Amino acid sequence: MNDLIKGKKYDWEMVIGLEIHAQVKSNSKLFSSSSTKFGSSPNSQVSLVDAAMPGMLPVINKYCVEQAVKTGVGLNAKINNYSVFDRKNYFYADLPQGYQISQYKYPIVGEGKVTIDFKDGTSKDIRIVRLHLEQDAGKSLHDQNPSKTYVDLNRSGVALMEIVSEPDIRTPDEAGMYISKIRSILMYLDTCDGNMQEGSLRADVNISVRKPGDEYGTRCEIKNLNSIKFIKQAINYEAKRQIEILESGGSIEQNTMLFNTSTGKTRPMRNKEEAHDYRYFPDPDLLPLEISKEEIGKIKSSIPELPDELKNKFIETYKLSNYDASVLTAEKQTSDYFNETINSDPELKNHAKIVVNWITSELFSLLNKNNQDLNNSPVSPENLGQLIKLISTNEISGKIAKDVLEDMFSSGKTARQIVDEKGLQQVTDQGEIAKVIDEVIAENPKMVEQYLAGKDKLLGFFVGQAMKLTKGKANPKMLNDILKQKLNKKN
Amino acid sequence: MSKSSLKQTLKDLDTKKISIRELNQDYLKRVKENENLNVFIHFSEENVLKQIDNLENDNSAKKLKGIPIAIKDLFCTKSMPTTAASKILENFNPTYESFITQKLLDEGSIFVGKTNLDEFAMGSATNTSFFGNTINPLSKENEPLAPGGSSGGSAAAVAADLCLGATGTDTGGSIRQPASFCGVVGIKPTYGLCSRWGIAAFASSLDQAGIFSHNVEDASILLQSIAGFDQRDSTSAKVDIPNYFENLDDDLNGKTVGIPKEYSIDGTPMEISQIWEDAIKVLEKKGVKIKNISLPHTKYALPTYYIIAPAEASSNLARYDGVKYGFRSEEIDSLDEMYENTRAQGFGREVKRRILIGTYVLSAGYYDAYYLKAQKVRKLIADDFNKAFKECDFIVTPTAPSAAFPLNEKQNDPIKMYLNDVFTVPASLAGLPGISIPFGKDKNNLPLGIQILGKHFDEQQVFNAAVSLERSYE
Repeated sequence: MNDLIKGKKYDWEMVIGLEIHAQVKSNSKLFSSSSTKFGSSPNSQVSLVDAAMPGMLPVINKYCVEQAVKTGVGLNAKINNYSVFDRKNYFYADLPQGYQISQYKYPIVGEGKVTIDFKDGTSKDIRIVRLHLEQDAGKSLHDQNPSKTYVDLNRSGVALMEIVSEPDIRTPDEAGMYISKIRSILMYLDTCDGNMQEGSLRADVNISVRKPGDEYGTRCEIKNLNSIKFIKQAINYEAKRQIEILESGGSIEQNTMLFNTSTGKTRPMRNKEEAHDYRYFPDPDLLPLEISKEEIGKIKSSIPELPDELKNKFIETYKLSNYDASVLTAEKQTSDYFNETINSDPELKNHAKIVVNWITSELFSLLNKNNQDLNNSPVSPENLGQLIKLISTNEISGKIAKDVLEDMFSSGKTARQIVDEKGLQQVTDQGEIAKVIDEVIAENPKMVEQYLAGKDKLLGFFVGQAMKLTKGKANPKMLNDILKQKLNKKN
Repeated sequence: MSKSSLKQTLKDLDTKKISIRELNQDYLKRVKENENLNVFIHFSEENVLKQIDNLENDNSAKKLKGIPIAIKDLFCTKSMPTTAASKILENFNPTYESFITQKLLDEGSIFVGKTNLDEFAMGSATNTSFFGNTINPLSKENEPLAPGGSSGGSAAAVAADLCLGATGTDTGGSIRQPASFCGVVGIKPTYGLCSRWGIAAFASSLDQAGIFSHNVEDASILLQSIAGFDQRDSTSAKVDIPNYFENLDDDLNGKTVGIPKEYSIDGTPMEISQIWEDAIKVLEKKGVKIKNISLPHTKYALPTYYIIAPAEASSNLARYDGVKYGFRSEEIDSLDEMYENTRAQGFGREVKRRILIGTYVLSAGYYDAYYLKAQKVRKLIADDFNKAFKECDFIVTPTAPSAAFPLNEKQNDPIKMYLNDVFTVPASLAGLPGISIPFGKDKNNLPLGIQILGKHFDEQQVFNAAVSLERSYE
């Protein structure tokens, strides 16, 4: 695969690393018992600890630690028995303590890796440097008053996992696939809700460009991107910006950038000289975090099947392609739906590819069109299974089935009900089909002549006419065969 | 001055020799008579009377029912403002009660008021308070003396008999040194014995709450009341708290006392060396084995302390930014200006000095040379004690290098002021329990203190040695 992008003078390679901030799925915050519910009224979920009142002390939420360990296992990473919480000191209005409790030297999770799968069947490993736990800050509200800034501390103290990758990513697409894969793993593990719109998953992107084979160039960091689309846009814009500077003889300043989602451009927020000195030091309010091998073992054994395991199982059991299997397993709800559908009738196991297609193209497009989610699909896996069974046993044609599915989607009826009520069973009676074909041939003598003179394309016309007369119910293969037979006889 | 002890008062209350109201009115009277000492940042007679009313209507038995206690104004209290002696917390009214004051309330004690201290407990003379100096009650007229610090208000409150006990906090000597200066008993327990929850933090890894009292027995009763595990403080220890008072035993026969040679410092006044020798002689007479020990890293303790404590303070005090509570400067044109002006106007000189030192030693490029090295030395100092305690049961040293000094003597020389902590800081760095008891006088008839250090969570041994020395001295 050619991953290079063309500048005016040279070909360039992007070097990309991601820092993903994933909100830990937990009812309470990392160091306090306040609720983490999204969308509550401002400052309604703030404890004395979250507001950094004098004398208040953090106490670690064990559940968040377990969630981080779980995630580490899911990322094929080393779990550290010993880790330390540090204070990252800086002043900001929405940072009540004047420091963020994070992990610096000793993170809870060490090196790991995830695999991304390409359409052409190949795949690639992206290495993980570390995962650490930290507190989220509050939110500054600048748009409530023309001369004042308000602060909402609901998010203050919510647990985040920061997942740092090596700079192994080479294209915006890979970046997108990487974050999708991380999201998928977290959702399988139920350690993050994966909701990017609500900010449960956001990323900082580190990017530099180089001529192939050169050393890494100077990188810039684009902060706080909360959609895959923006991540790709930001990378593309930033890479072009850097290439233009380098090709005109300039050099890259190591800046922290902000991405403007409406203009699609990045702009510098601060440069290296202005970078904060965070004065990290171990938080004396908290003891080092020690997790025994037994505890890690216990957490490991509680972990559900992960996308890659499931993918391999699907490939083996149903002979699916690597790509089909990775699409099916990208989201837990999809693989769950597939499992339930294919297990709803023993016959369907022999038609796995058809099941995949009906889920990932027909059903998905209906859900998309109606802005609905697979989780609340009006068509249950059993009902979809029934529909596919009707196709596989030739009771209805694939074309009719699409209409039936739409009907199922809006009416909630089963495929069987609809087919029976509307009489949509495929016509498979040879005599009946032959009769219709005779009729079509008789009514279109000129067309027949032209066909026989070599205009093969007209076959489709006859098929269409015959289908029309049978209201689409004729078995297409039989129709085709008989039609060809009859026309050729005329010759 | 004859002062009634807590132990005796509890008996008198129990036998109805005196009522809670009579007792506290007696103390109220003295508090009002001694206003010139500036012991209290907050005192409200009305509030005390209300507490008396409530207790009179309360029929349940409580261990400290009706006992007047003074609270260092670093402990957050619901019924009284909490300032940490800083302008930045002037008018701050907590909505919560610290773990320790809650325990004292649960046992039925009466809070006389909030006592003065060095701003955020940073100082050794109670002279960095935004609310002015506290005067040592032992001062002669026209010669005001410092009560020591930072818990100078609490030490003075006990010395002037304005209460039967007081809470303090000790980070590097802030209970033991003022106890010595004011001629009272002051105990700093093992780090982790008393919860820090609800105490405005100075240096989290060193801060430890403790008790001032008229005598060792009273201290043992009061410490019992405030000790104990608290799940809201991650550094709080899960240990059984013995009944210190019931277990008091002044028979030290067969015990071994460690005498660290490094505590003989050039320039220590004769009288200090003298009381130290006297104490050792008393112990020897009681059948205690004298063991000369070495704590070789002692000389590094003070510089180590003055790196670690300011480092933690610089971060702990970042929350006082004018955003959420407390003082906010009115001269604000931007967020940065709000921070700068609020903190410049809200903090006093000593606090600012320590925030600057702490920020410096944590900065990129200096962290390894200062903070990290100090942490390593701290470990060596703790190891010194661990080794020494293999050979002895407790250690005896002087508490402070001098008696109470005149109020304004060391005001402009921070280094000289920091030297006050030379005997108290090592045990703080090691997290060990230490008590100071009055033992002898200097040539001006001012009290001097002896410090007894014990093993981790061996407060009982510390009390036993202290009560033994105390009884022999009386």
